Formats: sequence, C-alpha cells, structure tokens
Amino acid sequence: MALALLSAAFALGALIVAAKAYTPEYAFHAYIFAAAGVAGVFAVVNRYYNREAETPQLIEGKPNYNFGPIKFATLAAVFWGVAGFTVGLVIALQLAYPFLNFDLPWTSFGRLRPLHTSAVIFAFGGNVLLATSFYVVQRTCQARLAGDLSPWFVVLGYNLFIVIAGTGYLLGITEGKEYAEPEWYADLWLTIVWVVYLLVFLTTLWKRKEPHIYVANWFYLAFIVTIAVLHLGNNATIPVSIFSPKSYIVWSGVQDAMIQWWYGHNAVGFFLTAGFLAIMYYFIPKRADKPVYSYRLSIIHFWALIFMYIWAGPHHLHYTALPDWAQTLGMTFSIMLWMPSWGGMINGLMTLSGAWDKLRTDPVLRMMVVSVAFYGMSTFEGPMMSIKAVNSLSHYTDWTIGHVHSGALGWVGYVSFGAIYCLVPWLWKKKELYSLKLVNWHFWLSTIGIVFYITSMWVAGIMQGLMWRAYTALGFLEYSFIETTEALHPMYVIRALGGALFVLGALVMVYNIYMTIRSPRTALMGSQASLAPGE
Amino acid sequence: MTNSTTHKPSLWQRHAIFEKNSIILIVGILVAISIGGLVEVLPLFYLKSTIEKVEGVRPYSPLELAGRNIYVREGCYNCHSQMVRPLRDEVERYGHYSLAAESMYDHPFQWGSKRTGPDLARVGAKYSDDWHRDHLRNPRSVVPASIMPGYPWLEQTPLDIAHIGEDMAVLSIEGVPYTPEMIASAVSDAKTQGSADDGATAAFLKSYPKAITRDLGGNNGRLTEADALIAYLQLLGTQVDFKLYDDKANIR
Repeated sequence: MALALLSAAFALGALIVAAKAYTPEYAFHAYIFAAAGVAGVFAVVNRYYNREAETPQLIEGKPNYNFGPIKFATLAAVFWGVAGFTVGLVIALQLAYPFLNFDLPWTSFGRLRPLHTSAVIFAFGGNVLLATSFYVVQRTCQARLAGDLSPWFVVLGYNLFIVIAGTGYLLGITEGKEYAEPEWYADLWLTIVWVVYLLVFLTTLWKRKEPHIYVANWFYLAFIVTIAVLHLGNNATIPVSIFSPKSYIVWSGVQDAMIQWWYGHNAVGFFLTAGFLAIMYYFIPKRADKPVYSYRLSIIHFWALIFMYIWAGPHHLHYTALPDWAQTLGMTFSIMLWMPSWGGMINGLMTLSGAWDKLRTDPVLRMMVVSVAFYGMSTFEGPMMSIKAVNSLSHYTDWTIGHVHSGALGWVGYVSFGAIYCLVPWLWKKKELYSLKLVNWHFWLSTIGIVFYITSMWVAGIMQGLMWRAYTALGFLEYSFIETTEALHPMYVIRALGGALFVLGALVMVYNIYMTIRSPRTALMGSQASLAPGE
Repeated sequence: MTNSTTHKPSLWQRHAIFEKNSIILIVGILVAISIGGLVEVLPLFYLKSTIEKVEGVRPYSPLELAGRNIYVREGCYNCHSQMVRPLRDEVERYGHYSLAAESMYDHPFQWGSKRTGPDLARVGAKYSDDWHRDHLRNPRSVVPASIMPGYPWLEQTPLDIAHIGEDMAVLSIEGVPYTPEMIASAVSDAKTQGSADDGATAAFLKSYPKAITRDLGGNNGRLTEADALIAYLQLLGTQVDFKLYDDKANIR
C-alpha cells in the first residue's frame, strides 16, 4: 500500500511540474511520468487484491522461475534493436544525401544520432542485458528471481527511461555529453531503477544453493556496479530549476573531458563488454554443450579486464588539451588491455574444442562464435588505434565509426542475437526455433552488411585522415575540408547499403521469433529443458 | 600448482573467497575499478599545470550562453570538434592549437570526437554574420557540397531568455565567475548585445570584453535563436590573443 501511495504522490508531483514547466517539451515528459505513476498505482493495487497466498518457490521440486519480466525485456530488445538499427540507417543515408534531414528540428542528424546510439546501446543492449542477466542468475542459482513487483519495476522502469531519453533527444533535451545525453530527471529515474536492479540481482544470488557464484554472474555484477559508478560520476549536474529540463554539469573543460571519456570508454568496457562477456560465458557453453575452456583463465580475464579498462579513457583525448601524462597513461593501459581481451576471446572460442563441427549445423552457435571473433578483431584494432601516432590519423575520422561498428554490430549484435535465439524457445517453452534456415539467412545478410560497413569506413577514415594532412609540393595544404567531405560520398553510400543489409537481417529475426512464439508446431513436448553442465 | 608440501592454499584457492561471497566480490570490483579512475581524474583538479595561465578567457555573455545551449541542443558536437590538435596541418588549417584554458568555463565541454564537418574551435570572426545566417538556413547556399543539415527554424524561433539568469546562477555555483550584478542584468545584457549601440553597450563590454555587439538579427532587436547561436560562434577561439601568448611558458 505504501508503494501505491508513493506512486500516487509521484504522479501528483509530476503533474505539478508539468503545469509549471518552463518548456512544453519538459511538460510532455512530466505528463509521461505522471501517467507512469498512475499506471504504477493500478499495478500495485491490482497486484495486492489478486495476490496469491505466496508465490511457490518450487514446483515439483524444480525452481519456479520468473520468466515474465524476461519475456518482456527480450521482446523490448528486439523492438528497440530494429528501431535503433533503422535510425542508424536513416542517419547513414543523411550523410550521403543531406536533403533527408528535411530541414526539421526533429529529423536533423544532430538529434537523431544520439537517438541511434542510445537506442542500440542502452535500449537494445540494455534490454538484452536485463533479460539475460535475470535469466542467467535464476538458472545458475536455481532459484526464483527475488521480489515480486521489483523485477517488473526494473524492466518497465528501464524502458520508461528509454522512452523519456529517446523522445527527449528528438525534442532537443540533452546534456550534450556523448552516450550520456539524457537530462537530470531521466538520470535520477535511471538511478532509482538501477539500484533496484542491483538489489534484485544480489538477493537472487543470495538464494543460491551452490556455494560458488558462476563466472557469468561476476561479469554481470561488475557491469551493474561499475555502470552505477560511471553514471553518477558523469552525470553530476545541477538542474536550473525543478521546472526546467536543463541542467549544467559541475565539471568543466578539461576535467569534464576526462570524466566524460572515463565514462564513455567504460560504457564500452562495462556495458558493451563485461555484460556481454557474461552472455558469452553462459550461452556459448550451454549451446555448445561444453564446459568453459578454462576456469583459471576466466579468473584472470575477469580481474585484468575490469582493472585495466577503467584506465583507457584518455585515448579518446590524444593530442588534445588534456595533459600529456594522462594521455600516456591512457595509451599504455589501452595497449595492455589487448591481453585480457584476447584472454577472454580464447576462453570463449576454446570452449568449442571438440564441438567445432556444430558450427556447420547450428547457425545460432555460429553467430555467437563469430561474435567472439569480431570481439577479438575489434579488441586488437582498439589498442592499435590508441597508439598516439595511429590516433593522430584516425581520430576525428570515420575509422573510429568503423571500429565502433565492428564491435557493436559484430560482437554485441551477434552475441545478443545468439542469446535471443537461445532464449526465445526456452522462455516460451518451445522445442526449437521456427526455422534455423532463417537464422542462417540472418547470419549471412548481416555478415555481408558488416563487411560493407567496416571496410567502407576504413577506406573513408584513412583516406580523409591522409587528405587532411596532405601537402602540395609548394608546402600548402592540398585539400580544403569540403573536398575531403566530397571524396567520402561513395563510401557513405556503401556504408548505408551495409546498414540496410543489417536491418534486413534483423527483420528476418523478428519474423523467425514471431513464428517461434506463435507457431504450435514448435511447442515443447515433455518437461522443461535440462540444466547446462558447469552450473 | 597446488602447494601441497606447505599446505598453504594456492592463489586459485584463495580466490574462492570472491566466488563464494557476493559482497566481497562487489568490494573487490569497486577497488579494481576505482584505482584507474582516481589516478587519472583527481590530479587534474589540483595540478596547477592542468590549465594554462592566459589572459582573456571570460565567462560567456548571456546571449552567447543561450547560443551555446542551442549548439548543445541541436547536437552540433556530433559532427564538429572544438579542439585543434598541435599537429602541423591542423594548426595551418584552423589556427593555434586549443588550450585547456579556453574551455575552462565550458559546462559541458564540447571538444567533440568526430569531424564530419570542420573543427569550430577558432571559427569566430572568420565569416560574416550574414554568411552564418545563410549557412544555417541552407548550408548548400554557401558551400554547395556541404552535407550539413539546414537549420531554417533557428532564425524563425524567438529566443527564450526569460530564465537565462537562473542558468547563470547555477553556473556561478559551479565556479564560473558571474557576479550577482551580471546575473541580475542578464536579460537586458542579452538584448544590448543583440542590437546596435543602445547606450548600454559600454557597460556591457566592461562585463564581457571583446563580445560582438551589433544588430545580429537585422530585425529591430527581436532576438532569434539564430542570433544567439551566431553570437556564440563568432566568439569561438577569439578570446586569447595569440600574438601575446607565450607557448614556452606553459609547456606541460
């Protein structure tokens, strides 16, 4: 009941803010929050009156897993994935054909680009992490998810954050810090959701019967804890007023730059790497039906990775006004980071020893293995680009964009697709996917798409970097800036083509998942799937 | 690797404490991730050499601040850097490399990470106001091959500066040296800057030296978002006089 009152008070407060908001955009967000508060009241009251005596923890001696929030997060991940990839395709086309900005505020590149990055990283990736972490922690602890409403609060609250953040970008509400654009009130909301997430995860861990915490859960824990630290550090803002969407970050200039890239690079390190490595450590052994290659390697991998990643931020600031000592530290640790990264890759790939033949027959496993290969490739490319001499050429160019996408499309995308393809039959109690053939189509369409994408960006980036620094025989700069822009056009078209193939592949996945859930012919006969070895 | 002769537990066995206790694991994670961040971030706040000593860097005027907020709102940083690196071609293309001091009042910093368009750290005073206005309305009218979006709504949207004083008050809490008088006169200062000499210009320039004051909009002091943005762009990179700046004095 206290929860219902809290929701009601929240809704009322949001309404008051809406009434006095400085801008209509902010009022719109306050109304969304108010609506969410009202919905929260209904949910809590409804739950209260429909409550069972107590949710059984065990059914027929097996844990009564809570799959509802996981199903929601899985479908949300698929939805946001397609949305985020499509916005990416749109902005790729805008760079090739600028009339596609339509001279409107809501469709201009500067507002859509944060929408794309947040949609793929936080909406798609975030929902994949929520879904898989809630699944993995239950299965590896053989216990029902802790809490009753709280897992739902985490999943729904997180997606409310996504809606607020995404609509905010389109309406011009932004903090202006890359990958941390949501304004103060969205940040506060995310903080609340995140604390509940950590508590649900931890209390589920405490219900485990096995004394050891499974390795995937270490990575999930590192991801949850570190993202909380980064989020708080990089969003230390003071709002202009409770009635204003605008806030000013307390850090300024060079310190703000360092903190931003401490955050930014570790959003890569802990959101897009540690969290997805957890997926690798659970789903690849499970799908391959083999134990993790080396337990000791995973211990080294874990500690070395989280210790070193946090230092790597300054490589985003080479040759800037950041003091040289910080740049050198950043470069040094970025190069060293190659080792734990490849340690993790080896651990993932070698898990397949004795089961390599499965790559021929199981496109889902193939997707996940190729994702680990992409992880290895981009974690080699990254340290190389963090060398100052290389960075002087690559920085500010599309090479960086290509590098990010080999990690994002190849590693994060593929390991997520693999996990989703595993999860959907498990969650909806189906024997198998609707069609492995379609998974194969998805795999090849998007692989060709990724190859188009990253090769065109390599060419674009290196070419533009070389053109910027080209001199004529007389010692003048050879090219004006706009000449280097013009030269990129063909590469931008090829990149958009690659993106289109990737979107197409994702649509194939949507159809496959829809048919898996709907189709009666995939229904599971007999009891639940067995547990994986090594749990 | 097990040390059977002395019966001391091996490192691998000692690691079990992290594997069996989630709170100890969390503490371990927090320690591991804190060291790098602290070592790289904290010294920047107390090492005096972090920010060079230079003359001329002042807080943004109310109009420039409003313009900067529009720069942030439209996501200009997604395509334009504001950080000239000390490389020969960049210095020749854009001007003197950027100093940390030049963004010391920037909340947030806008150094950027990608140059889909050129660097803007020193774009101030390079082009006329009219060029900027045409360029914002339709970039291809002045740069035919440009791939920048058009921003025609900026010159049609009246500038909302009713609350700009509150913005400045927050920034002063965060260390930007705005005086209470500057905050009190924020709205009138913005109007003064955006119009031809209206008598208050001299007092305004005392608070904000080297600010451009002219009829930006060309429509009788009715300020638009484009005016504010142009006031900001025309300031970029012009505050430090590099004829007087001594590179050697600030080698870090």
